[in-house]
Amino acid sequence: MKRHLISAADLSRADALLILDTAEELSQLADRPIKKLPTLRGRTVVNLFYEDSTRTRISFEAAAKRLSADVINFSAKGSSVAKGESLKDTALTLEAMGADAVVIRHSASGAAHRLAGWVQGSVLNAGDGTHEHPTQALLDAFTIRRRLMGGRLGSRKGGLGGWVPPGAGGSGGSSPRVSTANTALDGLRVTIVGDVLHSRVARSNVLLLSTLGAEVTLAAPPTLLPLAVGSWPCAVSYDLDSELPKSDVVMMLRVQQERMSAAYFPSVREYSRRYGLDAARMARLPDHAIIMHPGPMNRGVEIAAEVADSARSTIVEQVANGVTTRMAVLYLLLGGTEFPAVTQ
Amino acid sequence: MCAASSPVAGRDGLAVLDAEEIRRALTRIAHEILERTHGGDEVILLGIPTRGVPLACRLAGRIAEFEKLVVPCGSLDVTMHRDDLRLHPARALGRTELPAEGVDGKTVVLVDDVLYSGRTVRAALDALNDLGRPRAVQLAVLVDRGHRELPIRADYVGKNLPTSQREVVHVLLTEVDGQDAVMIGEEEGQP
Repeated sequence: MKRHLISAADLSRADALLILDTAEELSQLADRPIKKLPTLRGRTVVNLFYEDSTRTRISFEAAAKRLSADVINFSAKGSSVAKGESLKDTALTLEAMGADAVVIRHSASGAAHRLAGWVQGSVLNAGDGTHEHPTQALLDAFTIRRRLMGGRLGSRKGGLGGWVPPGAGGSGGSSPRVSTANTALDGLRVTIVGDVLHSRVARSNVLLLSTLGAEVTLAAPPTLLPLAVGSWPCAVSYDLDSELPKSDVVMMLRVQQERMSAAYFPSVREYSRRYGLDAARMARLPDHAIIMHPGPMNRGVEIAAEVADSARSTIVEQVANGVTTRMAVLYLLLGGTEFPAVTQ
Repeated sequence: MCAASSPVAGRDGLAVLDAEEIRRALTRIAHEILERTHGGDEVILLGIPTRGVPLACRLAGRIAEFEKLVVPCGSLDVTMHRDDLRLHPARALGRTELPAEGVDGKTVVLVDDVLYSGRTVRAALDALNDLGRPRAVQLAVLVDRGHRELPIRADYVGKNLPTSQREVVHVLLTEVDGQDAVMIGEEEGQP
């Protein structure tokens, strides 16, 4: 595993599985009386947020705190950025304060990559423009795996009676697990719907989910697909209704009106009618299919309220899984020696 | 301190315990646990991954055999509590699985394969501290090879094995390695 997490493409299949397996172990922490581990004691994590965020910032903060790291929150509003300080100067200031990791969200694509060249610590991309948001993809993969591939609940039934020597299961892993450990998402069909053009979540998910073996289809109006989508490891469809019956997972994207500088569709109502997920469309999904949304939702635009609140929706679960997944990433990047070489 | 690597048995190592001897040692430890805990009441066996876990399960099996008593067994991963995390690349986590009733008020017997510096056990005590408040904590190991770096001792020992610090001790268990044996050999990279 690399020192930074800038793009989901940085993760090999083994890296991604290691993160998901670690997150699976860490998820137990939520049931314990003391939800804290001493692992990152004395390490400093800086949350550098140039863009508004609720979920991601709180999630990273909770993850770092549960691992006993010190957290410094920085938001562009009310800082020297308002006086015109550049990203580089801000980065050097943080460096001087001894940050072991910088979690950055920025409106410019590539900001995290630039930052990685300026600071000593690990850089975690928490969303850069319309480029990538790798931890969101990881938590989505984690949520999908838990819901559709069994997860810890499946293993609890077996208990320790189900002890399987590693290697016997063909996994070759070093730890004895009977749960989803080392299970990828092979053969699952994931449909990502909506504003792919402006979505960093979509790009990271396409890269990560295909690394993990899932078959990804993008369903969006032609105007909301990036030009280079042909080179992505996924299929493309303009017709949502034909994709629904064969989907195991439907991931709705937010229509990012704040990033839209032109008219990409005639009206919100028309978009909603063709690409919005309502109860009638939900009924066309297979019984086991789940509905995901990275948030924040525009209820009534890309997703109907009754769908968002249905039992198939994993939206709240995704937030909870976000904390454990980010804990896993922070642990694997910061928990070991300065230059971790986690996997082969 | 060798549980991390998975050695090949018989390769330039001397077997100090064979399968029969391991079986007898575990039988004796199971009896000792029953004796010391007055019949095994309110006892929980927690194995430390990797090889402590099958050992804990085997002990629970013996106790069930002798006393018709079901002693819950589980596993306790100590990775996040280790004091040498920063000396190595980040490691994959082992599994922590506690019996449903928790550890509060119970006598917890920690089970590991080799007792060496005592640092793993210290980490286990810390990890346990975050999980609840056991009435008492005891330690069972298959091999005690000496060279303690912390004031920690085992309550139940399968075999005391005087070693040099240059030597490595490998415990092989059927559940993990396909066979039962305790091997002693020279440290890799040493002549």
